Amino acid sequence: MRTYILRRILYAIPIALGVSIVCFSLVYIAPGDPLETVLPPDATAATIAQIKHIYGFDKPIPVQYVIWLGRVLAGNFGISIADGRPVILEVGQALKNTGLLALFAVPLAFTLGYAMGAVAGCFPGGWLDRTVTGAAVAGVSVPNYWLGIVLVILFSVQYMWLPATGMGPDGVSQLHLLQWRDLQYFVLPVITLAMIPIGIIARSTRAAVAEIRNQDFVQTLRAKGLSEWAVARHVLKNALPPVMAVMGLQFGYLLGGSILVETVFSWPGSGFLLSKAIINRDVPVLQGTILALSMIFVATNLIVDLLQSLVDPRLRRG
Amino acid sequence: MSAALDLAARVTDPRDRGGPRQPLLIARDLRKHFAVKGAKGKVVRAVDGISFAVRKGETLGVVGESGCGKSTLARLLLHLIVPDAGELVFDGEAVGAPGGISVGALRRQAQMVFQDSYSSLNPRMPVRDSVAFGPYVQGTKRPEARDIARRMLGQVGLDADLFGPRYPHELSGGQKQRVNIARALATGPRMVVLDEPVSALDKSVEAQVLNLLLDLKQRFGLTYLFISHDLGVVRFVSDRVLVVYLGRVVEVGPSEALFHEPKHPYTRALLASRPSMDPARRIEEAPIAGDPPNPIDPPSGCRFRTRCPFAEAVCAAREPALAADGWDAHAAACHMQDAGSGHSRAASAGSA
Amino acid sequence: MTVMASQPVMASGQPMAAEQVMGLPGPEPDAAAAPDAHALPAITVRSYWQSVGYRLRHDPATLCFAAIVLLIVLAAVFAPLVAPDNPFQESIIGRLKPFGWRGHLLGTDELGRDMLSRLLFGGRVALLMGVVPVLIASVVGGTLGVIGGFAGGMINTATMRTMDVFYAFPSVLLAVAIAGAMGGGIANGMIALTLVFIPPICRVAETATTQVRGLDFIEAARASGARPLTIIRHHVLGNVLGPVFIYASSLVSVSMLLASGLSFLGLGVRPPTPDWGLMLSTLRQSIWVVPWVCALPGVAIFITSFCFNLVSDGLRAAMDVRM
Repeated sequence: MRTYILRRILYAIPIALGVSIVCFSLVYIAPGDPLETVLPPDATAATIAQIKHIYGFDKPIPVQYVIWLGRVLAGNFGISIADGRPVILEVGQALKNTGLLALFAVPLAFTLGYAMGAVAGCFPGGWLDRTVTGAAVAGVSVPNYWLGIVLVILFSVQYMWLPATGMGPDGVSQLHLLQWRDLQYFVLPVITLAMIPIGIIARSTRAAVAEIRNQDFVQTLRAKGLSEWAVARHVLKNALPPVMAVMGLQFGYLLGGSILVETVFSWPGSGFLLSKAIINRDVPVLQGTILALSMIFVATNLIVDLLQSLVDPRLRRG
Repeated sequence: MSAALDLAARVTDPRDRGGPRQPLLIARDLRKHFAVKGAKGKVVRAVDGISFAVRKGETLGVVGESGCGKSTLARLLLHLIVPDAGELVFDGEAVGAPGGISVGALRRQAQMVFQDSYSSLNPRMPVRDSVAFGPYVQGTKRPEARDIARRMLGQVGLDADLFGPRYPHELSGGQKQRVNIARALATGPRMVVLDEPVSALDKSVEAQVLNLLLDLKQRFGLTYLFISHDLGVVRFVSDRVLVVYLGRVVEVGPSEALFHEPKHPYTRALLASRPSMDPARRIEEAPIAGDPPNPIDPPSGCRFRTRCPFAEAVCAAREPALAADGWDAHAAACHMQDAGSGHSRAASAGSA
Repeated sequence: MTVMASQPVMASGQPMAAEQVMGLPGPEPDAAAAPDAHALPAITVRSYWQSVGYRLRHDPATLCFAAIVLLIVLAAVFAPLVAPDNPFQESIIGRLKPFGWRGHLLGTDELGRDMLSRLLFGGRVALLMGVVPVLIASVVGGTLGVIGGFAGGMINTATMRTMDVFYAFPSVLLAVAIAGAMGGGIANGMIALTLVFIPPICRVAETATTQVRGLDFIEAARASGARPLTIIRHHVLGNVLGPVFIYASSLVSVSMLLASGLSFLGLGVRPPTPDWGLMLSTLRQSIWVVPWVCALPGVAIFITSFCFNLVSDGLRAAMDVRM
């Protein structure tokens, strides 16, 4: 067991390195001189020379990568071209805001998705199953940002119940989560963000549950005289490991998909930061945000794998 | 026994190089070890020094429990797996050695029938294409390959028009195995290695397929190496039998002699463990005690000693040798057979 | 959609037993009859593809949605003939008009252009961005996966580890990162999406190849003396193309969604080219004026994506039956 944990952690390191290489090379696939991407447009010749030296643009690429990696590990993600602030501060703040969204969206998506899928799986072929499956397919086919727009149309434009954009009337610094005044800003973005994961998780759960119910050991449990409830508990427990993998992936989706949802709701999170960086061609921010988000995803996958091995003893032998 | 030699003399194959006295296949000290995943330095000694010879026209049966290395041996003989040590000599020529016979040429003369009839046929190919694939690969043009396939299907008792275009999932187990046999014979081999060919079939079908195999052997003058864990089947089919335990040969001899008077305790136990049809003769105790040992860490000396009721100190100290001189010799690798071994029962055993 | 309209049927006309459908050894068709080599009735034999066609023909749900998809494709391809107006024709007075205003069935957008026409033309870009990246990724990813799966060992490990690195990115993020860095535009968007889809397809192909490679008939082919390339061509591809195709077909709708997302962020086509995602973005400010007109492009995306998904599910149900 311990060897599995160790191996899994060790395995994450080259992945993380690979991810960092991809992020590093983003600057190079951008059109134009890589130097320009990190310079503000009105830089003087002296600044250009200085930046060139600091970033090491006059050195071969692998060396530049190592320099870059060193800086990143030390916490220096560069300076934003748009507003001159250190990227790491902006990214940190933005991540906190996205984290708040995730805090609500994740439990919602996981529990609702799992429940729907479990119910559908326990009554395969019935109307409940078809409804849930249909809803799940619909959920996966919908562009989530469009769903956000529709929800805004319904609840902000037509009925004026909920605010359309933003993260709170007084801005981020004055957030009181326990007051409806601030909480109401969360409702639409969280629902929008959770939609697609609910669909995917429901589908996976349904498939897992239906498959497990067909297995012999379930018949054995029934033959032993267990009530349907007890049998269902066993089934759901066994359905958890494969679904956990899906949940982990969905968490990553939340990180990535947040970019679209946050843009719709002008939610000052990492996704919004990313879309602003795209508009401004602010490559340091682009690079820094993507690096941060993907590292979080790598870490999440690692944790999910380890958790999975805890729950599913078959995986432990590595 | 002489019938086999007569047969060999009668069938003159143009590819014959060594003459009727040359064994078709000689295996010398074959070894194959597989590294154990995760455990450094540990190996599974699947085949650990097996030597034997197969005469032209005979059927050599190979018997053993699951995990004794039979399937690995089968694949070694066709060079589907490369041996770690040892050599193979086909009709007098060393396989894979310079000046000898190449692996490609070996594959034109020796073929294999696999155990699992389901997975040995490509589910996406009609059966006749599977049979025609061998000749096609070896250079025959497609139309002729198809003709060969048609004829071979007929030879194994399947109507080529009816069965040719069918897919494996549309055939029964027995029919699939016939197709496998047709496929093996389509390239016109001289030797066929049969790895548990009837183990997955129902008993009634098994008899049919065995009879078919014997029939084909006569018709085409084939030599068989027949691997099975089923003693009754091996006895029925084989001229001589090899008994394998944990990667080594423990007994060899003519079929009837071996089954009538087994010399090695393992063979004896195998034979005794067959359930009898007679309800009055029930087996009270399991003839073999203990679990099959670990092929990673075999016992020192004689590998069977941990399950042998006659084991003594000498059995742990030295590994018994298999002293088989002559084709029809019946010998066992057991200290009880060797008068000079120091085993308390050694003096009483003579050579049968 | 897991509603299977028909039970898979064997060549002999009898319904397939569950075990046979799942690929497990089931009751032998002729076990009861005398084990005679001529015991099968003389019925026409169906090949695998014919049986797929049979199952599809008897699956009304999938056929219905496939028809819708066909309709959408035709409408997009023949947009110049079908569209009532010029999608680029602006109008100063006719901006943001609701449904049915002066003959504009679906209203007008923020520059006065006819929504219906723009939607029809937008379908072209959407379908293009949905199909092309998946197609290219299938070829590239499929090849890499088959080579890796067949070769095994170090080559396989190296390939799959490289794919794992790209797997470490959520797809939206990766697409945005690549397209964003490259500067947007339809070509860059397609490149980004192709790169996003290569790893999963490669993985599917590699898994299928590895599974097939372990089966005895591959060894039998080797025993016949066949070279690796011949074995791949005759034995492996036939068994791998199925899973890859099924998986790729499910990616088309994902590709469309991702592409529209890129356009929404300004990384896709450039205005004034009609594109559903771009339209959603430009119309966003106007939801306070004509809310449902502004939601229309999303409806188009949703319907197209939904239908593609269901057709892909139906294809999977028809093709995934194990032999």
